[in-house]
Amino acid sequence: MASLVLEDLRKSFGATAVLHGIDLTLQSGEMLVIVGASGCGKSTLLRLVAGLEVPTAGRIILDGRDVAPLDPAARDIAMVFQNYALYPHMSVFDNMAYGLRIRGLSKAEIARRVGDTATLLGLETLLQRRPRQLSGGQRQRVAMGRAIVREPKLFLFDEPLSNLDAKLRVTMRAEIRRLQRRMAVTSLYVTHDQVEAMTLGDRLLVLHQGRAVQLATPMEVFERPADTYVAGFIGAPSMNFLPATLSHGGTAATLDLGLVRPFADGRRAGEDGRKLIIGIRPEHIVEAADGLEVQIDLVEPLGSETVLIGRLANGDMLSVKVAGRAQGMESMRVTFPPANLHVFDAQTGLRLDPG
Amino acid sequence: MERRTIFPGWTLPALLLLPQLVISFIFFYWPAAQAIWSSLTREDPFGLSAQFVGLENFADLFADPLYVATIWRTLFFCAAVAALSLGIALLLASFADREIRARGFYRTMLIWPYAIASAMAAVLWILLLHPQIGMLGRALVRAGLNWDYQLNGAQALLMVIIASAWKQISYNFIFLLAGLQSIPKTVIEAARMDGAKGFHRFRTIILPLLMPTVYFLVVVNLVYAAFDAFGTIWALTQGGPGKSTETLVVKVYRDGVVNLDLGSSAAQSVVLMAGVILLTALQFRFLGKKTTS
Repeated sequence: MASLVLEDLRKSFGATAVLHGIDLTLQSGEMLVIVGASGCGKSTLLRLVAGLEVPTAGRIILDGRDVAPLDPAARDIAMVFQNYALYPHMSVFDNMAYGLRIRGLSKAEIARRVGDTATLLGLETLLQRRPRQLSGGQRQRVAMGRAIVREPKLFLFDEPLSNLDAKLRVTMRAEIRRLQRRMAVTSLYVTHDQVEAMTLGDRLLVLHQGRAVQLATPMEVFERPADTYVAGFIGAPSMNFLPATLSHGGTAATLDLGLVRPFADGRRAGEDGRKLIIGIRPEHIVEAADGLEVQIDLVEPLGSETVLIGRLANGDMLSVKVAGRAQGMESMRVTFPPANLHVFDAQTGLRLDPG
Repeated sequence: MERRTIFPGWTLPALLLLPQLVISFIFFYWPAAQAIWSSLTREDPFGLSAQFVGLENFADLFADPLYVATIWRTLFFCAAVAALSLGIALLLASFADREIRARGFYRTMLIWPYAIASAMAAVLWILLLHPQIGMLGRALVRAGLNWDYQLNGAQALLMVIIASAWKQISYNFIFLLAGLQSIPKTVIEAARMDGAKGFHRFRTIILPLLMPTVYFLVVVNLVYAAFDAFGTIWALTQGGPGKSTETLVVKVYRDGVVNLDLGSSAAQSVVLMAGVILLTALQFRFLGKKTTS
């Protein structure tokens, strides 16, 4: 158990800056999920903490000690790789025992720890197998076991579930969460999957083009996204964005399509006429006789709910999520409840809060 | 995954196989059959008549202590060449596998010696190691060493081993570099995270994963040293001084082409051929096992 602090961590490959100064503090035992689109720098961030890449600038303080200049071997960090990276020429037992042998533990101690970890993960009967004789899920478990057995100060997960099929992914996701809680090891988890991000993390760090855009609990990120990027990235189907202007003395937004929506939570700063972007999640849109007309292009029934994808009068796409079935609809009229509106500045894309 | 193509008749497959079969027949089966026939006969010195003598040539060979000594010398020579060239190639490949500046340049430079003809390589080593005109040779003499490979058998053997190994390093280098590059980077990174450093990581992770390539190269190197090194040896020492650098192939050439004892030379060729077949069979069995386990 250890705390992790990143101070102004930067990384450039040649002239290309990949990370522009990341600051972050992880409490002992906390699970932080780093999420972002591919190329946002999330894997680089993880590899910097692991010691597999050398930072251009900044400090990595693990348990009060700056580990940035240290070799990975000296950091006491374990990592679970996307492709598992098991040692193909070793048995499951040897895969897990490898790091312990390097640390010079006694044979009896190694056997005990590997045995305990194998029991924890349900690998007892597979200890003599080679990685190629295992299924994807079993390999995933061995990779977890190899990390757990060392009892490291910090766990790093690099998209560990992305090579599994959908069903197994859900099972393993729950298992990782259960194990991490039980062992209370400080963890960094990188993923591009927003469901993993929402369900796994105590907190979420959203990265966009090498910058930390938002760091908050998953629900806070969902309910109060810091900017249009985060708003569009978290939540499925994505949030709808509509251009608008500030009006009525800052108490309402007038959509470019004409609809006026008052703010439920107070006045926004700025002159009337300030350009805004109004965000509304598909599940919050409601039908209303006096609302905007939507031409439905596509109906996606998901069983318990249905996603309708349509076009507004100006051609912009709008997705609407409704409960139950919705078939044979060609158009509908919708409005946006004031309590569920997200207000962003059109120029910066940043969230505008009342005040 | 196995892919089979089913041909409708037998003419097309037969035609496709024909060129390879013709080449194999003309350049391998025919001479091999002739060698086997010659090994069972004895010719008069003028090549006018041949007399069938059964296995007498073989019996004579193995009764000859000089021939048995040549076998041991050849085994030593092959083992030394394979070990030296593989060892150095592995070292160079490990260095060239790193992220370094001008990597492509180093790799090209390391591959060049392979394109040099055996005789040229031999001349190069003579110019280096000759006690009077060689740069290194003269330095050795000046250092007080009694260096003269033309008189000292052990020194001559050392020289042909070095020269033969040097020519094979490039070949081994290419294969070992490819082998190193096919090891997944993340496996090595996982080992780094597990705390494995430098040589320990090399010995426990990289080398085991490289073993299939190494096994293959050991066989190729043994065959190279046993046969292809002939050019280098002949150009450097002609098997001398005395018989100190005479390997089996050199002896086949000397007895057959120089001394015109065709029967014995053919019998030696057959023994060599059996050796190669054995090596190849071993390789197939070993590699076959390696890939399925």
